[in-house]
Amino acid sequence: MSSGISGGGTRTTGAAPRVRRAIGYVILCLIALAFMAPLIYMVATSLKPESDTFTTPPTLWGSALRWQNYTDVFSYLPFARFILNGVLVAVVGTAINVTVAALSGYAFSRLRWRGRNVVFLLFLATLMIPQDVLVIPMYVMMQNLGWVDTVQALIIPWAFTALGAFLLRQFFLTVPQELDDAARVDGAGTVRTFLNVMVPLARPTLAVLAVFTFISYWNSFLWPLVIVNDVNARATIPLGLQAFFGQQGNEWSLVMAASVISMLPTVIILVLLQKHLVRGIVTSGLGGR
Amino acid sequence: MTAVTTEQAAPAEEEVVTVEVAAPGTAIAVDEEPEARRPAEIGRRTWWGAAFAAPHSIGLALFTVVPIVASLVVSFMNWPMIGGHTWTGLENYRRLFDDPIFWVVVRNTAEYVILYVPLNLVVSLGLAAWLTPRIRHRHIFRVLFFIPTITPLVANVVVWRMLYQPDGLIDATLQSTLGEHAPNFLADDTWAMFAVVAMSVWAGFGYNMLIFSAALDAVPDSQIEAAQLDGASPWRTFWHVKFPAISPSIFFATMMTLITSFQVFTQPFLLTKGGPGTETETLVQYIYNTGFQNQQLGLASAGAWVLFVIILGITAVQFLGQKRWVHYE
Repeated sequence: MSSGISGGGTRTTGAAPRVRRAIGYVILCLIALAFMAPLIYMVATSLKPESDTFTTPPTLWGSALRWQNYTDVFSYLPFARFILNGVLVAVVGTAINVTVAALSGYAFSRLRWRGRNVVFLLFLATLMIPQDVLVIPMYVMMQNLGWVDTVQALIIPWAFTALGAFLLRQFFLTVPQELDDAARVDGAGTVRTFLNVMVPLARPTLAVLAVFTFISYWNSFLWPLVIVNDVNARATIPLGLQAFFGQQGNEWSLVMAASVISMLPTVIILVLLQKHLVRGIVTSGLGGR
Repeated sequence: MTAVTTEQAAPAEEEVVTVEVAAPGTAIAVDEEPEARRPAEIGRRTWWGAAFAAPHSIGLALFTVVPIVASLVVSFMNWPMIGGHTWTGLENYRRLFDDPIFWVVVRNTAEYVILYVPLNLVVSLGLAAWLTPRIRHRHIFRVLFFIPTITPLVANVVVWRMLYQPDGLIDATLQSTLGEHAPNFLADDTWAMFAVVAMSVWAGFGYNMLIFSAALDAVPDSQIEAAQLDGASPWRTFWHVKFPAISPSIFFATMMTLITSFQVFTQPFLLTKGGPGTETETLVQYIYNTGFQNQQLGLASAGAWVLFVIILGITAVQFLGQKRWVHYE
């Protein structure tokens, strides 16, 4: 990504390859435009008056730019509640996951203890289990705990996924042992070494993990669909969108406005943190769907 | 000290697993460290190691290991959502295999996977190969193609409903250019599955594209230049130099894509509700309907285990087959 145009690109200076490359670039732009069409259409529709949403021939812009759709959404759906729920669930879930993963990742890499490698293998094995397969037994468990239709049921079951331990372990293995030793010579115990030396070093990795955990909570659909009964009170955004989509004769422009809002946080994260996200994906397979 | 590989721990397996899962942080605390170099310090660290791993281990045991084991048990029982449970042995599996809808659903899921996985891989590999570092602004392209993979799938599906609708974007465009109606994609027996697959590829390929793109960047320039000096065409260079070099990434991506595509749910559920009829109903939707519409959690668990076994089987086959085409340096 950072290598730019440093490669041996100036070998042929004739006109023909240059033209061919320009044409290729135009085609690539057209492909990207076609790819973006649904998203552009979504944004455009979200700004149309409802009466303009289905027209033949199709138009990009309606008869008026109706920014008001974005405020109407909040009375059309309990959308503020959905956002609040989504943020609460994602933030608490992420905080738990990052904390336990930092601790276990450190234990799996820098500390020696009986059974360490076996437990780590067990962690890896759980990564093989698809989350969707866990939905039924998890529901039975929530029933037994009396957690059906509660906020904690949206958070806790997925707060301990093993991927973070794997990611942090990989990181801590790269930290030179001398840093541990130096901290110990200075009289720091395990906890202080961890908190004062290791956690600050691991900050970028922790951030990557946090972002991906946040996104997966934010986008999660099947589990909320299963566990939430009172949609108005406890739905996160995807469930709320789904529940109101198709009701009341489809206010398409409002549904599109809601969709745009639901995408904003992750798009902003993507634009701001693309380098870190790419690294997280490439080194550990984070974020796979 | 940090370089101990997982293989070395294998002999001690059984005893420790049970101890650790049952009560992490308690039983192991006083164990001796056989290869200790600095005994006093190691003793202290042994205790700390278990303590540090405990929160995550306990959480994972409670919310993954216990449910997965419990679901196996539940799959052998008649377990309605409300009311008592009875042991029925293999009855759920018999009912499942006797249900014609179950087989329809398995076939639909297979159809989806067979269409989706190759399409996803071809599109993502093609674009990754295209987006070489020499392409201007390529990070912008990468970001664009990646947007649907990290935004809520529900929101993306809702947009595609609008495209596929009669009088929706596709239909309206055809009407005004060719004067003809588009098929009613989501209500048409032959089109519905393709519509679901097309939407899914659009929403999903960005992830693999990024993986391939990063892998291609890591192929040493020297290898590519050597091939070019030998007069290899770009096409040959790709297949004989780049493709083998990134084959581990392709293997990883294929595995992940296969595993997730067997669990497809949101796209057909929101686009077609599994329809028309049962044309696009998938395994996970069948499990969902059985468990939460018909409220038969035992039967649904059996369905989930069948899905799990299918996924494990496919993964195993992949691993066995990888020797033939994956090159690890």
